[in-house]
Amino acid sequence: MNKPIRRVSVFCLVLVLALLVRTNWVQGVQAQAWASNQHNDRNKYDRYAYPRGNIIVGGQPVTNSDFVNGLRYKYKRSWVDGPMYAPVTGYSSQSFGTSQLESLEDGILAGTDSRLFFRNTLDMLTGGDKKGGNVVTTINAKAQKAAFEGLGNKKGAAVAIDPRTGAILALVSTPSYDPGTFSGSTAADAKAWTDLNADPNKPMLNRALRETYPPGSTFKLITAAAAFETGMFQNPEDKTDTPNPYTLPGTKTVLKNASDTEPCENATLLVGMDFSCNTVFGKIGADLGKDKLRAQAEKFGFNNSQVDVPIRPSTSVFPTNSSPDGTAMDAIGQHDTRATPLQMAMVAAAIANNGSLMQPYLVDQEQAGNLAVVSKHSEKQLSQAVSPATAQKLQQLMESVVKNGTGTKAQIDGVTVGGKTGTAQHGQDNSGLPFAWFMSYAKGADGKQVAVAVVVEDGAAESREISGGSIAAPIAKSVMEAVVKG
Amino acid sequence: MSTFDLSNSSTDRGARRANTTITPQNAPNRRNTELAMLAFAVVLPVFAYANVGLAMDGTLPAGMLAYGLGMGALALVAHLVMRRFAPYADPLLLPLATLLNGLGLVMIWRLDKAGKLLASNYPAAANQLMWSGLGIAFFIGVIVLLKDHRILQRYTYISMAVALVLLAAPAFFPSRPGDFGAKIWIHIGSFSIQPGEFAKIILTIFFSGYLMVKRDALALASRRFMGLYLPRGRDLGPIIVVWLLSILILIFETDLGSSFLFFGLFVVMLYVATERTSWIVFGLIMSIGGATVVAMAEPHVKTRINAWLDPMAAFGPHPPAQSSEQIGQTLMAFGSGGVTGSGLGQGRSWLIQFAAKSDFILGSFGEELGLTGMMALFLLYGLIVQRGLRTAVAARDPFGKLLAVGLSSAFALQVFVVAGGVTGLIPLTGMTMPFLAQGGSSVVANWALIAILLKISDSARRPAAEPEPATAPSPAPAR
Repeated sequence: MNKPIRRVSVFCLVLVLALLVRTNWVQGVQAQAWASNQHNDRNKYDRYAYPRGNIIVGGQPVTNSDFVNGLRYKYKRSWVDGPMYAPVTGYSSQSFGTSQLESLEDGILAGTDSRLFFRNTLDMLTGGDKKGGNVVTTINAKAQKAAFEGLGNKKGAAVAIDPRTGAILALVSTPSYDPGTFSGSTAADAKAWTDLNADPNKPMLNRALRETYPPGSTFKLITAAAAFETGMFQNPEDKTDTPNPYTLPGTKTVLKNASDTEPCENATLLVGMDFSCNTVFGKIGADLGKDKLRAQAEKFGFNNSQVDVPIRPSTSVFPTNSSPDGTAMDAIGQHDTRATPLQMAMVAAAIANNGSLMQPYLVDQEQAGNLAVVSKHSEKQLSQAVSPATAQKLQQLMESVVKNGTGTKAQIDGVTVGGKTGTAQHGQDNSGLPFAWFMSYAKGADGKQVAVAVVVEDGAAESREISGGSIAAPIAKSVMEAVVKG
Repeated sequence: MSTFDLSNSSTDRGARRANTTITPQNAPNRRNTELAMLAFAVVLPVFAYANVGLAMDGTLPAGMLAYGLGMGALALVAHLVMRRFAPYADPLLLPLATLLNGLGLVMIWRLDKAGKLLASNYPAAANQLMWSGLGIAFFIGVIVLLKDHRILQRYTYISMAVALVLLAAPAFFPSRPGDFGAKIWIHIGSFSIQPGEFAKIILTIFFSGYLMVKRDALALASRRFMGLYLPRGRDLGPIIVVWLLSILILIFETDLGSSFLFFGLFVVMLYVATERTSWIVFGLIMSIGGATVVAMAEPHVKTRINAWLDPMAAFGPHPPAQSSEQIGQTLMAFGSGGVTGSGLGQGRSWLIQFAAKSDFILGSFGEELGLTGMMALFLLYGLIVQRGLRTAVAARDPFGKLLAVGLSSAFALQVFVVAGGVTGLIPLTGMTMPFLAQGGSSVVANWALIAILLKISDSARRPAAEPEPATAPSPAPAR
C-alpha cells in the first residue's frame, strides 16, 4: 500500500502548497488593495491611533489631538476657533471622514505619507512614538479674525490673498460650523452631523471656495481690462460714447443704471467705474463680443476647473455661447456669469500685482513629526492676466472708486486702496435679495499688500438697503487693515 | 522494553537482524529530540503571550508564569508518558500539536482582551485552557490505555454505529441562534459538543477495519467495465451505505465542510486500500454529481458560493440575504497584516466579529503575524500531515497503514477546507482550524487523533521482536 500512500502524500503536499500560494497572493500581491479597501475600518482607527499632526496658522496650531483612549479610537481631533478656521481646516471625524486640508493633507497629518516612510521606519526602529506631521498654512490670523468678525452673523464669505505671492491670508465662510462637535463617534456626534447637514443655511458649505455667485459690477473691471487690452480704449479718461439708457443689442430691452441721475451718458471709463454705470460696461461688453471678453476672463482664472489651493474650488464661469444682448449682461456680471469669492480675490490680486496672476495657495510647508520640512510651496505664476500698463490703468480706476465713487467706505488713512463694489441681482426676475460684493486691494507704506474679495448674501432685510459699498466694503476694509497695518 | 533500549545502543544489532522479514527501524528512539522540541513548543507561545501583554498593556501579563508552568507541566507529563508507553513514536507530532495549541491559546486570550468590543464568547481563553488540559489528558489516556492500535480493529462495526449516532445526534437537538445555520452541535445545558470532530476519527476506524478485510475483494473480484474495474456490490455495498448516510446527515445538518471532509476521506482510503486509480475517477464523478445535487437543493450552499465569488457584496448598499461580512473582513485583515503582520496584540482582527477566534482565527493570525506567520503555520500543519503519512508508510500492518493514512488525510483535508475557505481560495464551509481555534470538541478530538497516530508510529518504529536464536545465531560475545 505504500505506493498509493506516497501519492496521497504528494496530494497533501499540493494542498499545503495551494494554501501557501493563496496566502502569498492575498497577503503579498493583493495586500495593499485589501488594506486600503474603503470598508477596512482599520484605516479609520489608525488615523486616530496616535496623535495626528496639526494645522498651523501664524506659528500656532489651530488643531489639537486629544487623548481620549477609547476602545476603538485613542485620539480625537479638536479645533481652536473651529468655526473661524473650518473653511481652511475642514473636519476630521472618526465617524464621518475628513474634508479639505484634513483630507488632502491626511498623509502628512496621519504620518502615512510615503515621503515620511524613511523617518517613520527610523522612528519604529529607535522606538520613537508614532505621530503625524504638521501642515503650515499661509493664513494670517489677524486677517482671518477680522474677516470672520466682520461677516458676523451674516451669510457670506471673504478671501484675502497676498498679490505678490498668491498666499491666501484669509478664508472665511459664514455661517460656519465647529468641526469639533462631530469629530468623535458618539450619538451626540452623529446628531450634530445630521443637524448640520439638515441646516437650511448650509453651514458646512465653504462659500469662499465652493459657492459661485453672479459677480455683479465687480466684473466690470474685467470688461474694462478687455477694453484696454484689445485697444478699444487707451486711457481711463476716454469717453465711451454710451447712450443712457442703453438698449440691449437685438432686443427692445432697456438697460438702466442704479439711478437716472447718475452721469453715465457718454461717461469716461473713470466716471463709469466710479458710479458703476451698467450702460457703459454693458455696451463695451456687447461691442467687444463674447469671445474677447471670455478670453480676458479666462486669463483671470474663469473657466479653469483646476485652481487647486490645494482644496479644489468650484469653477468660475464666463459663458461661451451668449447672444449679443446676453453678452452685454455677462459683461456687468449678471446673466450667466458666475464667480467664487476666491476668483474675485484673484482678479483684484492680479490687478494689484501689475497684471501677474499668482497661483493661490493655502499650504506653505509640510513638516514631518519632528518639524523637519518635507515640502515647501514655491510661488508660481498662473498667468499674465493683463499687461502691466493695463494693470496700472485698472488700478487707477479702482483707486478712484475708493476715493470718489461707490467704495468710499473702504478708505484707510495712509494706505493706497483700490476697490470695486458690486450688487448682484439674482433669482427668478431678480426676486432674491441681491448679493453685496466688494473686491479691493491695499498697498501699505512698508510694502505690505493684500487683495480681498467679500460677498454678503443677505446683508439686510430689504433689497434697497443692500449695496456692496455699504455692506461688503467695511468688511474688506477691516481685513486690509489687519494685513497692512497689523 | 529495557532490553530493547540496550540492544539499540549495541553496535552489532544490524548483523543480528539481517534476516528478519521486515527491515527494523534502526533509528534511535528520539525521545530526547522530542523533549528539546517540546521545550521550544512551550517557550515560543510563552514569548508570544509576553508579546501580547507588552503590546496591549505595556506590561508582562500577570498569568504568564502560571501559564508557562502549566503548559510546561502538561507537556512534560505527556512527554514522560510517551517515554514510558510509546518510546519509539515519532518525535515531532507531540511538539507540533503543543505549539499550535499554545499559539491558539495566546490568540484567544489576546482577542479576549478586546472582549469589550467582541461581546459574544467572552472570555474564552480560560475555557480553552481547560479544554486543552482535557485534550492532553485524553491524549495521555489514549497513549496509556491503547496498548496496540490493532485493538481498534475489533471495534469496526461498533465504530460504524457510534459514528452514525454521533453524526445524527445534532439533528435531534434544537439548534440555537448562535449556531448560524449549521446544526452540528449537541447542547446540554450550557455545555455543547460538536460530535462531527469525534466522528471524523471513529469513521476512520470503521473505514480502516472494513477496508482491511475487504481490500482484496474490492481490488480483485471485479468486473471490467469501460476500462474501469467495478467491484461486486456485496463488497462495496456496506461502506457505500454508511458513507452515503453520513453525507446525507451532514447535508441535512448543513455541515458542508464535514461532508466534504468525509467524502475526501472515503475516496482516499478506498484508493489506498485497493491501490486502484479507478477509485479516484469514481470519486471525482461522484463528487461532481453530489456537489451539483447539493448546490441545487440547498440554498445555504448557494449563499456560500456567492459570498466566495464576491466577498465584499455584504458591504454594498444592497447586501444579499444572509450574507456575512466575515469573509470580506478576514481578507482585509490578511491585507492589513501584509508580509510581516501588525505584531501580536496590535491588529484589529476583532473586526471579523465573534468568529475571530473560532472559524476565522487564521484571519487573526494573518493580520498579526503576517504572511510570514501564515506560511509558518501552514508548514506546521504540513509537517503534522507528513509525519502522519510517514507513519503510514512505516506501519507494518494494513490496518495501521489505513488508519494512519485516514487520520492524516482527514487532518490535511480539514486544514485545507478551513484555511482555503478563510483565505478565499474555496467557498467557506465552516469548520475549525485544528488546535488553533476556540472549541472544546475540536481540541480534544485532535489530541486523540495525534495520540492514535503516535501509537501507530510507536509500533511501526519499534524494533522487530528478537529473532529466534535457532534461525539467527548470535555472534560470539566480543569478550
